[in-house]
Amino acid sequence: MSKFAPLRETYDGLRAVGQNPFEMVFEGMLSPTEGLYQGRRTILLGTNNYLGLTFDADCIQESVEAVRLQGTGTTGSRIANGSYDRHRKLETALAEFFGRRHCMVFSTGYQANLGMLSTLAGKGDYLLLDADSHASIYDGARLGHAEVVRFRHNDPDDLHKRLRRLSNEPGSKLVVVEGIYSMLGDAAPLREIAAVKREMGAYLMVDEAHSLGVLGDNGRGLAEQAGVEADVDFVIGTFSKSLGSVGGFCVSNLDDFDVLRVACRPYMFTASLPPAVMASTLTALRRMQEMPELRTRLNDNANRLYHGLRSLGFAVGPQPSPIVSVSISEAPLAVEFWNRLLEGGLYLNLALPPATPTQSPLLRSSVSAVHTTQQIDRALQLFEMVGRQLGVLPALPETRRQRIAPKPPVHAEVALVAGAGGAR
Amino acid sequence: MTNNFPTPPSADQGRLGMNETLRDTQAEIIEGLRETLRRPVTLDGTTNIVRDLHLDSLAVMDFIMSLEDRFEIVIPLDRVAEVETLADLARVVDQLRGRN
Repeated sequence: MSKFAPLRETYDGLRAVGQNPFEMVFEGMLSPTEGLYQGRRTILLGTNNYLGLTFDADCIQESVEAVRLQGTGTTGSRIANGSYDRHRKLETALAEFFGRRHCMVFSTGYQANLGMLSTLAGKGDYLLLDADSHASIYDGARLGHAEVVRFRHNDPDDLHKRLRRLSNEPGSKLVVVEGIYSMLGDAAPLREIAAVKREMGAYLMVDEAHSLGVLGDNGRGLAEQAGVEADVDFVIGTFSKSLGSVGGFCVSNLDDFDVLRVACRPYMFTASLPPAVMASTLTALRRMQEMPELRTRLNDNANRLYHGLRSLGFAVGPQPSPIVSVSISEAPLAVEFWNRLLEGGLYLNLALPPATPTQSPLLRSSVSAVHTTQQIDRALQLFEMVGRQLGVLPALPETRRQRIAPKPPVHAEVALVAGAGGAR
Repeated sequence: MTNNFPTPPSADQGRLGMNETLRDTQAEIIEGLRETLRRPVTLDGTTNIVRDLHLDSLAVMDFIMSLEDRFEIVIPLDRVAEVETLADLARVVDQLRGRN
């Protein structure tokens, strides 16, 4: 275990400051936006619960009925134990939603990337990954046998340059980008990337993990919003954000897609999703389409938090999105900031380099459609208070200071692996 | 960009069998690294990229990307896995340039 000594040192250092972000345990979940932590009601602003469907009454009811009818688990993989009808129903519903012929469902979003990247691109092929890709994309690339090349984040010209260098190589090229990037909340310039893909004859995969249910008139993600769905050969997604459960999927129109079911090892050798999870996911997919107003509320909340933090003087990401991250100059300050937010009753994510795209730590928030205006304002109030206490924001004159009611903050996930951006 | 770091007096001494092109490649890599690091550091072929330079995995990958542009080549990530020292890196780059 000696090779983990530097990591142990980092962990112990975090614990010395206050709460350990790796050992957070909530005693209860009161709603999609509020949990109980150490006996205190705590606002959840770091759970990627974008539409707040984890407590949707229909989702819960369908899930309960499924567990009563079909039991608690499938106890094995679909290859070995066979599929339940709901596996196929879920795949059909997702394929229909995206207007694609094929869908494969995985047991987590992480496995969807692991499976598709390692299987689609083989020896002699090339994977071109955005430099800020999620850990599951990097890990999927490592698991397979394709050559892996990075291009500069959100830079279509850089992608073009790297594809040009490969133009004499015979293998297929698969470009992988994300709809919304999980650390800073910025979207890919997908129209431009799709144009490069067309010109250079590459395939394109878009991971809509953070953009499903968030972007596009129908919630199909960035590809829908950018009007380039026809250029996207593979859409990856997860159930563990907007759809409020767990699991992942890939949809495509590629001929012979179904043969991947007996070639994709992370699909073949994993226990399949249990009935209750599939039931709530199917219902959440329906609810998401029935309630487009959730996206409106989500964007309103995201704008309120983003512009609120920015006008206070915090360094936020390049564009408003449901992921709103504040950059802090150094790790000890970020850890202290995070602890004070938690003490004040606000939980969000602490991300430390090299998990962050810049060399700076991030206090990462993810907004939900069902956050109340009061909750968002409370978060802003706490950010301001702690920011001034710690000198991240300039101190106020005495009269203004007295008007800011003191109150406390939050908690987070700390990812220390390069390219990490939360669980899928 | 500051470039006035001390040049190691014997960067290539003792590297038996190192040909001219490899020496050039290594010198270019060292130049690129100096621009990246922006801090005084002694660099030669024996420098261990992770241990001696205290670069995290992301910084190493970003440096590799800058070398791809400097040499107009593609350096697949799996080729980086075998690299420990700057001399190892120079050999990989030279191979990918089709010079070795």
